[in-house]
Amino acid sequence: MTVALSGREIAKQIEENFPRSVVESSQQSLVVDKEFLLSVATYLKTTPGLDFDYLTAITAVDYYDYFEVIYQLTSLQHNHSLVVKTRCYRRDNPSLPSVVGLWRGADFQEREIYDLMGIIFDGHPNLKRIFLWEGFQGHPLRKDYL
Amino acid sequence: MEVGDVYSSRQLDKAEGEAIESVMARSQQTIPDPDEWLKQELKRNILLTSVDAMLNWARRSSLWPVVCFPACCAFEFITTAASRFDISRFGMEIIRASPRQADLMITAGTLTWKMAPQVRRIYDQMPEPKWVIAMGACAISGGIFASSYSVVPGYNRIIPVDVYVPGCPPRPEALLYGIRMLHQKIAKMSLITEGK
Repeated sequence: MTVALSGREIAKQIEENFPRSVVESSQQSLVVDKEFLLSVATYLKTTPGLDFDYLTAITAVDYYDYFEVIYQLTSLQHNHSLVVKTRCYRRDNPSLPSVVGLWRGADFQEREIYDLMGIIFDGHPNLKRIFLWEGFQGHPLRKDYL
Repeated sequence: MEVGDVYSSRQLDKAEGEAIESVMARSQQTIPDPDEWLKQELKRNILLTSVDAMLNWARRSSLWPVVCFPACCAFEFITTAASRFDISRFGMEIIRASPRQADLMITAGTLTWKMAPQVRRIYDQMPEPKWVIAMGACAISGGIFASSYSVVPGYNRIIPVDVYVPGCPPRPEALLYGIRMLHQKIAKMSLITEGK
């Protein structure tokens, strides 16, 4: 059984390396400032003992005030998992750094989030719509769509 | 764009988007069901009656369905095709992957606008005479997705439908009943009124 690591514990560890990078943390998850997302993600993937080598899923939620993007990470080596979140406060052209460089599996999922939520992933190699067609107006999973 | 050009992925996406938008623009009205000829008082040619009977019997006894199973109704169709319900009783056991060898389209599933041009193309590729059974709520009206941004509200926006089989999904018995209804419809066809 995969062990879910405590977000609070990992947050402490991250804070030591990247001060003021963690916005909040709980037992279940931790929220990272989007400026630090890429460096924290790299840290989580490459640090011995953590080794989050597998990205299970990326999801996005529209909370009206901000978009929250959730990264579910797993380490196949240590059989443990962690939930990392980040927030995007702009509604017009919200953007986040892409993690495709770290986990190739992020490719299609970031395209899906761009397609349906309209979040732009900077550094994505091929950011275009994946479900809907070229020329479709709007991003239908946003709460203010229609 | 000329034939033989090497298209970039952007160009292909743009062309695809334009094709979908044009299908949407053309599909704002439903296509009337091809059943007007059923109401007409048929002036049957005495000589042709037995030819009609023979031809219709042959046609309805070996309907060959084409593959058009975009969503979950497909599983009910598969069950219908498998041993328990067994549509080979109606000479239908060969599900053609090529529309050119098929004369019946059983539209088992939700149709999205992105898929709509392909379904129209498959229908156009089927040789005449051909029939369509709209299977399930999504095929009839879009079902629970009818007001969605991406779902076609009924196959009759794209292709003319002969028989509607309600259900979400319909039981195999319902589909078999729909097939029997189509058989009855084919039995009324005549060489004179053909062309629907």
